[in-house]
Amino acid sequence: MSADGAVRYLIRHDTRYRYDQPVGESRQLMRLRPRELPRQHCLSHTLEIDPRPRHGEEYVDGFGNTVCSLHFEHEHDILFVRAESLVEITPFVPPAPGASLPWERARDELAYHAGRGLDAAHLEAAGFLFESRHVRIKHEFAEYAHADFPAAMPLLAGVDRLMRRIHREFIYDPEATGISTPVTDVLVRRRGVCQDFAHLMLSCLRSLGLAARYVSGYILTHPPAGKARLVGADATHAWVSVFCPGAGWVDFDPTNAHIPTREHVTLAWGRDFADISPLRGVILGGGGHEPEIAVTMVPEAERAVLHPESRPPAAAFPPTAQTAPPA
Amino acid sequence: MPAGLIHSYHPSASRYDEMLAARARPRPCWRAFAERLEDIPEEALLRREKFVRDAIEADGVSYNVYSDPQGNRRPWELDMLPLIIGDDEWSRLSAAVAQRARLLNAILTDLYGPQCLLAEGLLPPALVFGQHGFRWPARGVHPPGGVWLFSYAADIARAPDGRWWVIADRTQGPSGSGYALQNRIIVSNAFPDAFRELHVNRLAGYFRTMQESIARIAPSDDETPLAVLLTPGPYNETYFEHAFLARYLGFPLVEGQDLTVRDNTVFLKTLRGLRRVHAVMRRLDDDYCDPLELRADSALGIPGLLGAARAGRVLVANAIGSGVLESGALFGFLPAICERLLGEPLAMPSVASWWCGEKPALDYVLAHLDELVIKPAFSGMRMNAVFGSLLRGEARRRMIERIHAQPHAYAAQEWVRLAQAPVWQRRHLQPRSVGIRVFSCAAGNGGYAVMPGALGRVAPHAGMEVISMQRGGLSKDTWIRASAPVHNTTMLKRRLGVNDLVRSGSDIPSRVGENLFWFGRYTERVEIGARLLRAALTRSTSGEDDAGQELAGLLAAARRAGMPVDGPEDEEERGEDRPERQIIAALVDAARPGSVAANLRALAFSAGQVRERLSSDNWHALNALEQLLASPIVSVDQALSAIDRIMQSCILFAGFALDDMTRDEGWRFLILGRRIERLERLAGLIPLPATGTAREREQMLEWLLEAADSIVTYRARYRREPELLPALHLIVFDHANPHSVRFQVDTLREYLALTARELGHPCPSPMIEPLARHLEDFDLRRFEDSDPEAALDALRVLLAEAASAAQALSDEIHRRYFIHTVRPVLLRRMP
Repeated sequence: MSADGAVRYLIRHDTRYRYDQPVGESRQLMRLRPRELPRQHCLSHTLEIDPRPRHGEEYVDGFGNTVCSLHFEHEHDILFVRAESLVEITPFVPPAPGASLPWERARDELAYHAGRGLDAAHLEAAGFLFESRHVRIKHEFAEYAHADFPAAMPLLAGVDRLMRRIHREFIYDPEATGISTPVTDVLVRRRGVCQDFAHLMLSCLRSLGLAARYVSGYILTHPPAGKARLVGADATHAWVSVFCPGAGWVDFDPTNAHIPTREHVTLAWGRDFADISPLRGVILGGGGHEPEIAVTMVPEAERAVLHPESRPPAAAFPPTAQTAPPA
Repeated sequence: MPAGLIHSYHPSASRYDEMLAARARPRPCWRAFAERLEDIPEEALLRREKFVRDAIEADGVSYNVYSDPQGNRRPWELDMLPLIIGDDEWSRLSAAVAQRARLLNAILTDLYGPQCLLAEGLLPPALVFGQHGFRWPARGVHPPGGVWLFSYAADIARAPDGRWWVIADRTQGPSGSGYALQNRIIVSNAFPDAFRELHVNRLAGYFRTMQESIARIAPSDDETPLAVLLTPGPYNETYFEHAFLARYLGFPLVEGQDLTVRDNTVFLKTLRGLRRVHAVMRRLDDDYCDPLELRADSALGIPGLLGAARAGRVLVANAIGSGVLESGALFGFLPAICERLLGEPLAMPSVASWWCGEKPALDYVLAHLDELVIKPAFSGMRMNAVFGSLLRGEARRRMIERIHAQPHAYAAQEWVRLAQAPVWQRRHLQPRSVGIRVFSCAAGNGGYAVMPGALGRVAPHAGMEVISMQRGGLSKDTWIRASAPVHNTTMLKRRLGVNDLVRSGSDIPSRVGENLFWFGRYTERVEIGARLLRAALTRSTSGEDDAGQELAGLLAAARRAGMPVDGPEDEEERGEDRPERQIIAALVDAARPGSVAANLRALAFSAGQVRERLSSDNWHALNALEQLLASPIVSVDQALSAIDRIMQSCILFAGFALDDMTRDEGWRFLILGRRIERLERLAGLIPLPATGTAREREQMLEWLLEAADSIVTYRARYRREPELLPALHLIVFDHANPHSVRFQVDTLREYLALTARELGHPCPSPMIEPLARHLEDFDLRRFEDSDPEAALDALRVLLAEAASAAQALSDEIHRRYFIHTVRPVLLRRMP
């Protein structure tokens, strides 16, 4: 840990598609490079891709995320992508929720008034006010959220209450939903996974007229006391970020009922999952391709966990004496 | 003259009439035409009406209606009377349309770039981010020449005071300019004298400008630019126009699968290989253009197109994302935006409109519902315009509720009493509501050229307000009169070959070759299947002793050919009548893969993809066959007569292919397909079972010759019962028998050599040459030896080689000519 309390994490994110028939051509878009943010720096990022793509390049999408675009032309049965990132996080001290402005004022500031201009922050926020593929604006969401947003409730306090209520009233259940389960069903069934809770919370906030975006990334998990950390047992995570005039964007994690401060790493953000899925592609041929995903996020000090059998890629992670794994 | 044709025309007094001014006097620009019209005898007018109808029929002008249960083609509706607009008025109109095109292009540049309009409060964010039309992945794209909006069309109409108003903006891939051109060709021929004497502006120059601008704006890297017209396909409502415009402009008409993106460069897959595409004129909606970044389930788009656009390697006209402006809710904001972006006042007003997302506007709309037309604020919404005055009771309450729930999704427009114009109906002139669609395209210098003409759009019924081609509207040619005689140019007279843009007709898309290839294969597959089933059916009902044995052999052969009949292991379960039943099912049951009906369906699909290359006779024959197999066929007699008709049609297809089709590069693939299919089928059919006595085997030769369509030749040659050696010689080794293995191999070698020469790159067919040699070297005297079994074994090996050669060749042709991949992939369309 450095002087300002910064912590470093090493993240390995493996994706493996096994096709039941050979794929002749494939294009993939990957959003696997952690964003550069005031409190988050990506110190290194490497990609290992098999087979070798014919063409690859990076560009920045409409939300500011870095996208790696790949084109494969040779026939293959398996596509394997390993992203390894070393990220430094400066712990975040969240603003006191009670000190934020009343939520109605935030809403009114974001509403359109003829001829009234928007500063850069409000203009950016305006992109996250409306419906998107997985986020709906409907009465039932506003009604669900209203209990936490009585008149003049400070915005961040209201969001915090909403997050905690979702955590309390919804059951984490990977079997309950799929990628296409509408958020309206999630509200009725009260079950889902992090992605569902994020979409649900976004629907509630946007139905109130607030600006909120979907964040994808990683979260540090803690193995049970006395147990070793399992490699590949983690997954990508999703949470939300709310625009609070004056304070900027503040993250909330409804799956874990807390405000991310130092154990979340942000990959990308967008209106919802559809904008920023970590891997998205089009293949010709092939079939039956649910990917296997293995994510491991460890504090830098534990990097040996990731390389029990071999040296780490030297170019990517300069070895230091205390962290060098056994040869 | 039809006494008082004009006199008996009674336009509504509360509207503007295009033809008549006050006191029923023709307006100046109409006077000459009205006088001529009065002079034409009624019979002559009826002849012209018929001429117009016939011309539409002959040219096959159609407009597909999605909701039409009677098939998807409907003749285009064209009124023979033109709409006439004077020179002065037109110059104001066209300047206003050109200005609006510049304005909309500037708005797109801003929305996908710096977004000043939002920052300055000139446009509500809801109208951009709150609709699906805004494509986030298009942010950061810088289209060539700054041209987001290459072509633009405005729907405009006149209010009772005679002023023109914009009713709608078409910004994605405006349709109608091709129909306008087609209308012009027909109507100018219906009234040739009037057309000449009225000095009507010609349309060809506009299309030439379009070609030149595309060539100028497209990133060419010093290559001769190739532009293509991208269509969603034959089921699209305006497919006729896509095909017509593509021909007229000399651009290959392509579907998404005809294009591929490699290294951020777009290529057209042609039979000659990949050709770089520099400009894509698209008629595909934004969302469908690129499944990689936009709608993932779009099978119509081109994966990677947006990437190519982002890299600046292709002009997409219009740029992906331009649909965001097809929103009537923007109208109210345009005057201020025009001042801000262009520094000039907006020349033509939009119809008064209110976007409900603003509180004062919402209040106004709810208070004046009866005077307004409620519309979706965004083009993607599934909702038709609703006249507030027609909303009563529950429906009205529900509409108000919906608006309250999502005010920003609704806009209201003033209900404009549209101008009217005469249409020729039931021997009279009848007034109908009318508007026009005016077309413009980027001129390559920052400005826009406007087509001096328009698509006149007429409401289908008297007193009806809504003009929509989807709902059965009529169209009109629109004549813009010039003050002086116009220069006579036309592009139609010149054959393909306008400017450098036009390639020779050799850019045949691979898809066309592929579908012709499969058309050939399926024709053959249907024919052989039908012949096998006929042989089986006649034996299943025969009382002869040998019939059972022969039937078993036939069914086994049919099974080897991929047809859905049971194996011998199922024989015991079979009741007395089972063979006929399952043979008939293998004929008519399209749900069973490999049945004749299923193969016919696949044949019809391939044919549909290359419809413009088939004669209508072919097409009718195919439709008739599908209908025939859909009718109840239960008895053996019905089945046999159906098979006869199928065989006749197959002969028709074959004859057409040989005698009537143009022998271009595409045609060659049809023949290759037929030969490959026949080779594969024969090779699968011939091997006789290793078991059984020599006598039993000879019994099988009868049906084998029949199934191979060689029995007549055999009888003519030998005049005796089939014997092993002569029969096998005839269907395997005979050079002259078009149904022999040898003949297929020889023809394939010949055509492959031709194809390779024509298309400029060799098609190595590694298995065909050795196969030909092995056929040549096979010593038939071995069948005279004491051990015919050894000879039969050798033959089986040879036929297995032939079957795999056919499959390998088919794969190789796909790879090299159709999908253009370098490394082998396994491809099978059907078992």
